[in-house]
Amino acid sequence: MGGVLRKLGSLAINGVWRLGFITRFFWMILLYSGQSFTRLHLTLRELYFSGVMSLLIILVSGLFVGLVLGLQGYETLQRYGASESLGTLVALSLVRELGPVVAGLLFASRAGSAVTAEIGLMKVTEQLKAMDMMAVSPIARVVAPRFWGGVISMPLLAALFSAMGVFGGWLIGVVAIGVDDGAFWAQMQAAVDFRYDVLNGVIKSCVFGVAVALIAVFEGYDCVPTAEGVSRAITRTVVSSALAILALDFVMTSFMFRG
Amino acid sequence: MSEPLVRLENVRFAYGERAILRDISLSIPRGKVVAIMGGSGCGKTTLLRLIGGQEKARSGRVIVDGQDVAGLGRDALYALRRRMGMLFQFGALFTDMSVFDNVAFPLREHTELSPELINDLVLMKLHAVGLRGAARLMPAELSGGMARRVALARTIALDPMLLMYDEPFTGLDPISLGVIGQLIRRLNDALGASSVIVTHDIQESLQIVDYIYFISEGRVVAEGTPDDIRNTSDPFVHQFVHAEADGPVPFQYPAGDYATALTGGAA
Repeated sequence: MGGVLRKLGSLAINGVWRLGFITRFFWMILLYSGQSFTRLHLTLRELYFSGVMSLLIILVSGLFVGLVLGLQGYETLQRYGASESLGTLVALSLVRELGPVVAGLLFASRAGSAVTAEIGLMKVTEQLKAMDMMAVSPIARVVAPRFWGGVISMPLLAALFSAMGVFGGWLIGVVAIGVDDGAFWAQMQAAVDFRYDVLNGVIKSCVFGVAVALIAVFEGYDCVPTAEGVSRAITRTVVSSALAILALDFVMTSFMFRG
Repeated sequence: MSEPLVRLENVRFAYGERAILRDISLSIPRGKVVAIMGGSGCGKTTLLRLIGGQEKARSGRVIVDGQDVAGLGRDALYALRRRMGMLFQFGALFTDMSVFDNVAFPLREHTELSPELINDLVLMKLHAVGLRGAARLMPAELSGGMARRVALARTIALDPMLLMYDEPFTGLDPISLGVIGQLIRRLNDALGASSVIVTHDIQESLQIVDYIYFISEGRVVAEGTPDDIRNTSDPFVHQFVHAEADGPVPFQYPAGDYATALTGGAA
């Protein structure tokens, strides 16, 4: 019993310590972010690696999620004679929830893990130490541009995911099943509010972008500088990002969409 | 005689409870090449990290060019580091940049020089290490010796006053080893810099350095010029210079009685 309590206590202390450390790290990133914008090519390069290189998985996944939503939605709606509302269902599901959340999860797996691996390997091969010894801050030169690259890419990718999903829903509902084209778009336009639905979805994806990018750069920077250490850091990035996205989504949804 | 460039006064350092350096005092005179030698894990690299301000001593002082490194704020420390160069054990080249960009990195970060001037300076530095023709290669395309030379070119990019080498001879073939050794000596003299080499390669070091410190168990156990070291009767240095398996540094890791261990007792 005493052993279990000790272990729990140790886990709690470790958790609080890491939370404090990541908060301080976040503050350092903000403090050293000037260069990310004055030397924009550093951030644009990361925007390309995190954003453009994630396009394929985001677009294809968005399409499939839209196709499935279209099929499942039609199946349920037609029981109540409301199959024309398919556009509304697909669009609201995507812009409010699925777009930001699924795009966030995919972004963490594709770009977050890559950022952690890159920074972790730079640590293993002493590149970060070498930079620091050359009087160049690794946080300003390596970490901050990758952080902002992730933060900027995430909402753009979530928007593209949602757009592709709506297209998938339209393909299934209108082209394949035969729901009325005009009703599909008109009901969607009438039911989806820009501020209440779209803007809240964008806010969610921005928050997820900050969370995933921060976790990815922190885990890479904080990893034990060995092959095993980098591997564990990548795993932690994917797991922590997924949990953070789902937990933050619940908190934000409870504030944003209370009817 | 002028003030030494680097002075360590009664420095103690530990990682947690594990003491690494116990009361080290030494100095690096200006213009000289000094080697710090000792077995693996004796704290040689930690010494370089203390001089570069990457670690802080538990007690004692590390003075570089008249400044107490531990007392410097971030900006002052970075200003000091701009006048230092450190060659890491395996080069630590930036793998996403070409050889040219690696050498240009400190120049682009710390100067406002025009691209044409940076181009000329980088080619001069690469020429000094014999790798001007490799400027467009990526680090992954270089051999270990070439990577070390490129890193050396990057280290001297800003013409530092102090050059620090962390195990520069490790894992090199005899030709590369000789080339790196000669470059260390020549560059030190050409730049009018001072150099600290942390190494356990005794034969190569004896040929190029002016002074040697031997460290064991966190203390300076012997010191002298290469001639002093060759003729010493100190048992530790003798064992080190002649690569004897047993001596003051025992072959066996400390353990219990051998016979007892073989008959089923605790090892």
